[in-house]
Amino acid sequence: MNESKGPEATTDRNAWGLWEVFVRSSRGLSHVHAGSLHAPDAAMALRNARDLYTRRNEGVSIWVVPADAIAASDPDSKGSFFESPQGKDYRHATYYTKSEGVKHL
Amino acid sequence: MNAVPMGNESATRITPGNALRPEDIALEVRTGLAKPTEDVAEYALRLGDDGLILAQRLGHWISRGPELEEDVALGNIALDQLGHARSFLTYAGGAWDKTEDDLAYFRREHEFRSAAIFEQPNGDFAATIARQFIVSYYQFELYRRLTESSDATLAAIAAKAVKEVDYHRDHSAQWVLRLAGGTEESRTRMIQGLKQMWPYVAELFQDDELTTRLAETGAAVEPSSLKADFDRLTGEILAEAELEVPDGPAAPGGGRHGRHSENLGYLLAEMQVLAREHPGASW
Repeated sequence: MNESKGPEATTDRNAWGLWEVFVRSSRGLSHVHAGSLHAPDAAMALRNARDLYTRRNEGVSIWVVPADAIAASDPDSKGSFFESPQGKDYRHATYYTKSEGVKHL
Repeated sequence: MNAVPMGNESATRITPGNALRPEDIALEVRTGLAKPTEDVAEYALRLGDDGLILAQRLGHWISRGPELEEDVALGNIALDQLGHARSFLTYAGGAWDKTEDDLAYFRREHEFRSAAIFEQPNGDFAATIARQFIVSYYQFELYRRLTESSDATLAAIAAKAVKEVDYHRDHSAQWVLRLAGGTEESRTRMIQGLKQMWPYVAELFQDDELTTRLAETGAAVEPSSLKADFDRLTGEILAEAELEVPDGPAAPGGGRHGRHSENLGYLLAEMQVLAREHPGASW
């Protein structure tokens, strides 16, 4: 999934593009990534997503996004990207003690 | 917080809503709550056979579609059609003490009441789309009106079916537009597919004694009354695709009275062989 698509994949006009599918399972929830599929354009991607990912009543709304349009973080730079917050407990509200005199927080 | 578990619903939390299932109809028929008249049963048999034959045709596309996604789309449409067929045939069988399986697997060719377009070979993808285009616009207009049938069971089956057929309409229209506006090759094939299937349009809109009798009671819809809307709506899509409505003579119809082309015999042989080899077999 993480391998980058070579230029030949995007210039091959015989192949359908790859789309990422996000499904919202009910009102009030966020769209969640459900998977991906191939489609010639956005309208057909939505329809294919409906057939592939909502046939068991899973959704009330679908988003499709061209896979190319998603910029993803590099899994190899996990350290510099995601480990910095470790040890920085003061970024969490629970780090702080309640000041005297504050009744409702 | 909400007491209802949210998100990540598994397949065990399916809520089919009030959708009418063939099993519900079978129960109503068995307990005498629903009993079709001979005429209504004949009519249900026609609609059921249309769906059954089309489902069998479409099922052939699975693993043969241009892309995996399209295999699934056509497979879904086939299953929808099979679902409608099961409901109609179960109900029809109530008049003759027969089950849906008796009717699907143990009738002979001349006993089938489907119109000729449903048994037309799949051809290439464009021909299948042309058949879908005609059939789904016809079925949509039919089921839309049938939801107001004086026969409560027919009305309930139609209410479920019309939503599904609405999607089939959209699917076929999207493809007509894309094939017509795609490459020179895809456009040629789309034109060819429509030309191949259009002669079978006329039969769908022919009234006969049965539909006239049933229309008088409000149970059925006169097929001819659907034609104007069919022409208008398919015409809009064809115009957008810059395609002509094919002209030329209509093919002889006779499917409603059991007269079929040689295509149906082969289709039935394949569809019925297992049930006939092993009568009563189940999963």
